[in-house]
Amino acid sequence: MSSETIALNAVGESSRPIGERLHDWVVTVDHKKLGILYILYALFFLVVGGIEAIIMRIQLIVPHNHFVSPQIFNRMMTMHGTTMIFFMVMPILFGFGTYLIPLMIGARDMAFPRLNAFSFWMTAFGGLLLYFSFIGGNGLYGAGTAPDVGWWAYAPLTARAFSPGHSTDFWTLALLVSGIGSVGTGVNFIATILCMRCPGMTLGKMPLLAWLNLVVGGMVIFCISPLTAAQIMLLIDRYLGGHFFDTQAGGSAVLWMHFFWIFGHPEVYILVVPAFAFVSEIVPVFSRKPIFGYPIMVAATIAIGFISFSVWAHHMFTIGMSSYGNSFFVFTTVAIAVPTGIKIFNWLGTMWGGKIQLQVPMLFCIGFLFQFLIAGLTGIMLGTAPFNWQLSGSYFVVAHFHYVIVGGIVFALFGAFYYWYPKMSGRMYNETLGKWHFWLFIIGFHLTFDFMHIPGLLGMPRRIYTYEPGRGWEVWNFIVTIGAFLQAAGVLVFVVNLLWSLRKGDTAGNDPWDAWTLEWSTSSPPPDYDFAATPVVRSRRPLWDLKHPEDPDWKYE
Amino acid sequence: MKCSIKTRNFLGRMAGIAVLLAGVLLAATLCFGAPPGPSQVPSIFRPQSTPANSIFHLSLLVLAITGAIFAVVFSLLAYSVRKFRQRDGDDGREPPQVYGSNQVELAWTVIPILIVLVLFLATARVIHSIQDAPKPAGAIAVIAIGHQFWWEFRYPTLGVVTANELHVPVSNPANSTPTFLTLLSADTDHSFWVPRLAGKTDLIPNHPNHTWIDPQETGVYLGQCAQYCGVQHAKMLLRIYVDSPEQFRQWVEEQKKPAVGNDAVAEGRRVFESTACVNCHAVSGTIADGHFGPDLTHLMSRDTIAAGAAANTPENLRTWIQNPDAIKPSSLMPAMQLSNHDLDALTAYLETLR
Repeated sequence: MSSETIALNAVGESSRPIGERLHDWVVTVDHKKLGILYILYALFFLVVGGIEAIIMRIQLIVPHNHFVSPQIFNRMMTMHGTTMIFFMVMPILFGFGTYLIPLMIGARDMAFPRLNAFSFWMTAFGGLLLYFSFIGGNGLYGAGTAPDVGWWAYAPLTARAFSPGHSTDFWTLALLVSGIGSVGTGVNFIATILCMRCPGMTLGKMPLLAWLNLVVGGMVIFCISPLTAAQIMLLIDRYLGGHFFDTQAGGSAVLWMHFFWIFGHPEVYILVVPAFAFVSEIVPVFSRKPIFGYPIMVAATIAIGFISFSVWAHHMFTIGMSSYGNSFFVFTTVAIAVPTGIKIFNWLGTMWGGKIQLQVPMLFCIGFLFQFLIAGLTGIMLGTAPFNWQLSGSYFVVAHFHYVIVGGIVFALFGAFYYWYPKMSGRMYNETLGKWHFWLFIIGFHLTFDFMHIPGLLGMPRRIYTYEPGRGWEVWNFIVTIGAFLQAAGVLVFVVNLLWSLRKGDTAGNDPWDAWTLEWSTSSPPPDYDFAATPVVRSRRPLWDLKHPEDPDWKYE
Repeated sequence: MKCSIKTRNFLGRMAGIAVLLAGVLLAATLCFGAPPGPSQVPSIFRPQSTPANSIFHLSLLVLAITGAIFAVVFSLLAYSVRKFRQRDGDDGREPPQVYGSNQVELAWTVIPILIVLVLFLATARVIHSIQDAPKPAGAIAVIAIGHQFWWEFRYPTLGVVTANELHVPVSNPANSTPTFLTLLSADTDHSFWVPRLAGKTDLIPNHPNHTWIDPQETGVYLGQCAQYCGVQHAKMLLRIYVDSPEQFRQWVEEQKKPAVGNDAVAEGRRVFESTACVNCHAVSGTIADGHFGPDLTHLMSRDTIAAGAAANTPENLRTWIQNPDAIKPSSLMPAMQLSNHDLDALTAYLETLR
């Protein structure tokens, strides 16, 4: 166990020419720099995707609004979904994983540093391709620019007959390319976690963040493959005269749905399991207790990993499966609530009897717990097929998955930002601005997504660029749009806080939270080589052992 | 630690959010609980047909279970934050380090498993009762075909073809006349959704689907396409007219007649038959037999045009022929580029198609 560092890295850093420093970032294979690149890249797309959402919400603020044309609305809707899933949430989670995993397991880098860089640049190239469609998508005059087929790109809307021009090709290629990057990251996570742990860190002594990202790595490999296969089949259809999904030539629209959702549902868990990982690290530190029931937390995560591959057709309850097929997927879908519920109870168990410190990271985690609970419960409603026949395809389901992704994942992400910002930058964030961010964002979130459930119950379908007055939807849509602006204001405060604190924040020191995992034993920001001497651990909380030699964890584990 | 003010703020705001949520629930209850009347709100909580009704009852069970889970877990969360927050003048000592408890964890694994079993069995029963319901002898058969961006309805046994406004007879337990629909698509995916009558079922090319309704009260029920189908997905609206048996019989009789001939509008008919109208639209008894657009034989028997996007008035009809983008941008109806004279004549002709 070593906390000493070699103070060499900062010497002369700021005196080097800017071009040279930028070059360093482009050619880097350092997991910390790549992690930060992922995060900055994703933050850029968070803003882009957010602007797209705001455009949609302005259009829907009143019925029969003429803010944008239906074509533009459909492009915004497609780009918002694709951007947020593939180029915002996924890269930002990979970024945190890439940054944190080696530090938390006492390694000096990922197992394959160059694959790591390759993965990032493939993902970045994917995002570039997608947005290049605004310029290059117009393969035929008037054929449209950005993709407008929805982020599921259901067949046969993607067939040449319905999607002339190149916009759909840009969508396909963007996902294909970034998918290659994702698989690289998945492989890297698994190899790193299995092979690079420091002496003493058995699988059972890994931080939960490492365990959960191990599961994510496995899921990425297995679920990106069908998506990639489907994209290739679609390209064959569009360019080589194939008929996989071309219904006019006997192809199957349902086949695409199966391919897409066997990717799409595990994808949800690929996004949410890293969020679980953040919460599992932050809640114990701010409750001053170890995680409650570590083994069952690991078991529940592995169970989620497996079950998540057997629930995909719950996205397809309305496509006319047999009653037996529907019943099967109801069972698997409600069954996944069990391991998920276990996790929520264990976080509560961690807080129970602790000394809860309500600093910004913890506030975001409490927000996560509250919202993820509701998201899980609306998920159960959607999981019961007959209820789903009413709810799916409506604004209720839009509210539900935004509750998961924003209320759950993004809240956990913001918690993670505030928690590890001192480690990454060496500076503390501004607590007051952080609180402003939290309250603006949570109030905006609830205004938007609580009220969004209601028009769904009143029969309002999703993906419509305008709606009829007199169906009881007006008030709710108005409130939802107001909430969207409050959320945008919250994110603005967040960005200001990040930038301001980078220059003016207090110096953080190695371990501002009095935390227990290895990343807090090295300097902030960590040196290039992470640890001057390879740490040796004896328990899940090596820094606790160090700080409490009279009562170390390894006596009990 | 200066925690007291912060935590009090925090609790105040949590309470604020709770009050807000309660308000939402209250408003929602008022909304859904509104007495059935002329309101056109297509709420899933005001079912008027057996499938929608079974779903409604299942949803009450699911809402009760999830509501109870929410109450329990939220109370635990709120209690933990309140009770275990770090106090002013804390001695800075770490709380007792608890690593877990097998009994407690077993309890919160087994109880959810039991809940899941109950939910699954209740759900499977409703799935079976709706999906596997036998088709009674008196059932009306309808083929619904989704098009970009309108609905075609064919009654194969009655010999009727219409669009966007489906007429069905009211059904009651004594004289059950449900309507069984076969769902097809001519182009992309669509979804048939009339919330007060049944859950949605998709219309998928090469993949025939089925659904059924047995509306218990006469009236108009609103719905719309619920699966993104292209640029005008938003204005692919759907109206179901539930008629009394007598009205329905009359409506069928009217619909079976060929188009009326009227010499006063011969000029308009000439315009109709000599332009591209006939390539896409059919009017029985004329040379028009296109199938890409709605059948116009009894156009005037419908309340709306452009799949419900506009009321069926002479002015709207004229606008629709002249410049469809004014009503429904990028629908597949082309602007017909007619002179004002021809436009008036054509509108007058269409006005006679009762």
